[in-house]
Amino acid sequence: MALRLLGKGEESAGSSPPIIELAGVCKNYTTGPEVVHALIDVDLRIGVGEFVAVIGASGSGKSTLMNILGCLDRPTSGEYLLGGISVGARSIDERALVRNRMIGFIFQGFNLLPRTTALENVELPLVYRGLSRKQRRRMALEALGQVGLLGRALHRPNELSGGQQQRVAIARALVTRPPLLLADEPTGNLDSKTTGEVMDLLERLVEEERITLVLVTHEDEIAERAQRVLTVRDGRIERDLQNRAPPPAPRPAESLESGR
Amino acid sequence: MSAFVESLRLALRSVLRSGLRSTLTVLGILIGIAAVVTVVALGESARGQVAAQIQSLGSNLIYVFNGEGEGQSRAGERAGHRLMVADAEAIRREVPGLRAITVYSSTTTQVVSDFETASIDVVGADQDYATVRGYAIESGRDLSRSEVDAKAKVCLIGASAAEKLFGKSDPVGYSVRIGRHRFEIIGLLSRKGQSPFGSDQDNRLVMPIGGWHARVFPGHERKVDIIIASAPDSASVEGLRNQMDQVMLEQHHISSSGKRDFRLLTQDSFRKSEEEIYQVLSLVLISVAAISLFVGGVGVMNIMLVNVTERRREIGTRLAVGARQQDIRWQFLAEAITLTCFGGVAGLALAIGGLHILERQLGWSLALPLTAVGAALGTSVVLGIAFGLWPAQRAARLDPIEALRYE
Repeated sequence: MALRLLGKGEESAGSSPPIIELAGVCKNYTTGPEVVHALIDVDLRIGVGEFVAVIGASGSGKSTLMNILGCLDRPTSGEYLLGGISVGARSIDERALVRNRMIGFIFQGFNLLPRTTALENVELPLVYRGLSRKQRRRMALEALGQVGLLGRALHRPNELSGGQQQRVAIARALVTRPPLLLADEPTGNLDSKTTGEVMDLLERLVEEERITLVLVTHEDEIAERAQRVLTVRDGRIERDLQNRAPPPAPRPAESLESGR
Repeated sequence: MSAFVESLRLALRSVLRSGLRSTLTVLGILIGIAAVVTVVALGESARGQVAAQIQSLGSNLIYVFNGEGEGQSRAGERAGHRLMVADAEAIRREVPGLRAITVYSSTTTQVVSDFETASIDVVGADQDYATVRGYAIESGRDLSRSEVDAKAKVCLIGASAAEKLFGKSDPVGYSVRIGRHRFEIIGLLSRKGQSPFGSDQDNRLVMPIGGWHARVFPGHERKVDIIIASAPDSASVEGLRNQMDQVMLEQHHISSSGKRDFRLLTQDSFRKSEEEIYQVLSLVLISVAAISLFVGGVGVMNIMLVNVTERRREIGTRLAVGARQQDIRWQFLAEAITLTCFGGVAGLALAIGGLHILERQLGWSLALPLTAVGAALGTSVVLGIAFGLWPAQRAARLDPIEALRYE
């Protein structure tokens, strides 16, 4: 595997305009008398249409980084520009709006609403956008078509396989046409075959829709498929690797030292 | 607007989904609302009914009863009666301000017509009886003074008694037999319906008191059950009552500080006692309502808090895809309101059933007024807000990161 080590702070995405810009971002948690520095002075640029994998041990700060990127959390200091807009210091409701407009979330546990059809699950972000039922339905069906689940629109999550559930969740993330997808171990609950299907789908979206994908994983074979791999450790981005030749299909991880 | 409708739809679905849990949760609300509706229905219609029934006795009446005991003693106890026809005559003579006055004695006995035999209240009274009690003469004529003085064998007949004895035909001109005496019917009384004491005021014959004493209920010459006087207007009732008291004291040779062997009551005192019954009933129902609604409300709050905890992941997901705090708050508030309204509607149904039973027991016609329906639904919504706000607030204030982490 040809992986190139980039220097810290070095621009990785070349000419691509940035969708994410973090500058001097710190996040501190106060637990009792102790202050935990979860992120320390993080600078990061991610260009439009990039596929970035984030790896790191638990407690490394990668979750904190993802929470800040997802506007679920606010940095203690530093600046976060999302699509050129400063979003770091926004109010709770403004951040909800940013999430609704600009970010699609994909979770490890799918997080579909139980006893609710796939279609209604996909519609959910549009409900908070205040769209009419008809409009929601049309957009949700389109998104379900994109993930190849049009025929399962009226199935409930418990009637779908794990891979299908995650594809419904991806459709829900896509339905608002966000420029940024954040995926937190999206294949963590899936077997290797469906993992391949879901990763193929995500890669296709990155290529065809020019969506930016930031994906947390601890599996090297997943990280290997990304164009760029960020390693977070002790609250800092320790390594920023550019993968020049992203493999077109999943392969055994013999060439990389397995993370687990 | 669409999010609003959406959360109502979601709320309804979520409440219906857990049918048993919802039903148990809202049981308190159900009982409370039923009590509220009953109170309002009673307040709206029963009060008016009671007033109407009391009014049906006549207007501005002053009663003189025997002794300290209950006014209408039964036949066997008449030996202790102290009221005499002469007392009524003295009052008529010495209290000229009265509109009318009559004696009243009654017994229930078999009355025979050419067609039927029936059990009828046979009343001995004066020529002013119909006037005092506010009966109109539907057909024929009223008793005359001379007939009363002469103990004539004539009588007036009430509407129910006439139906029993003569069917649909006009009874005036026919005669009835009591024991071995025949009485000619000279007048038909207008229909009054039930008295506030629950008796049928139309199942009666009214005849001169002298004749009643002589032919219907012999052996207690000149003693009467009640003397009933009618004041010309409500303002004069109290003064006339006191004058009647004076006359009665003189008649019975009792000093004004002595122990009376008669009781004077005005119509107002009946109204007061009826109102007391109503107030006690209302108080009991309102207490039941308040306690049930509170307990029910706490139950709803409890189940909503459980809901919020159980659905933290859902809340986290909703927040992640762009729900604002107010969206989450409204969603859970809508669920609480749906839950309490569910209880409210069930309580309304229970109350309608309960009112039917009360109607039969009390003999009141209890239409369910719109205000009661409004009160039920209004109370439900207010309860939903009052007891749902805190859980909804907790849901809205969840940190999305914490909520998403919840398994």
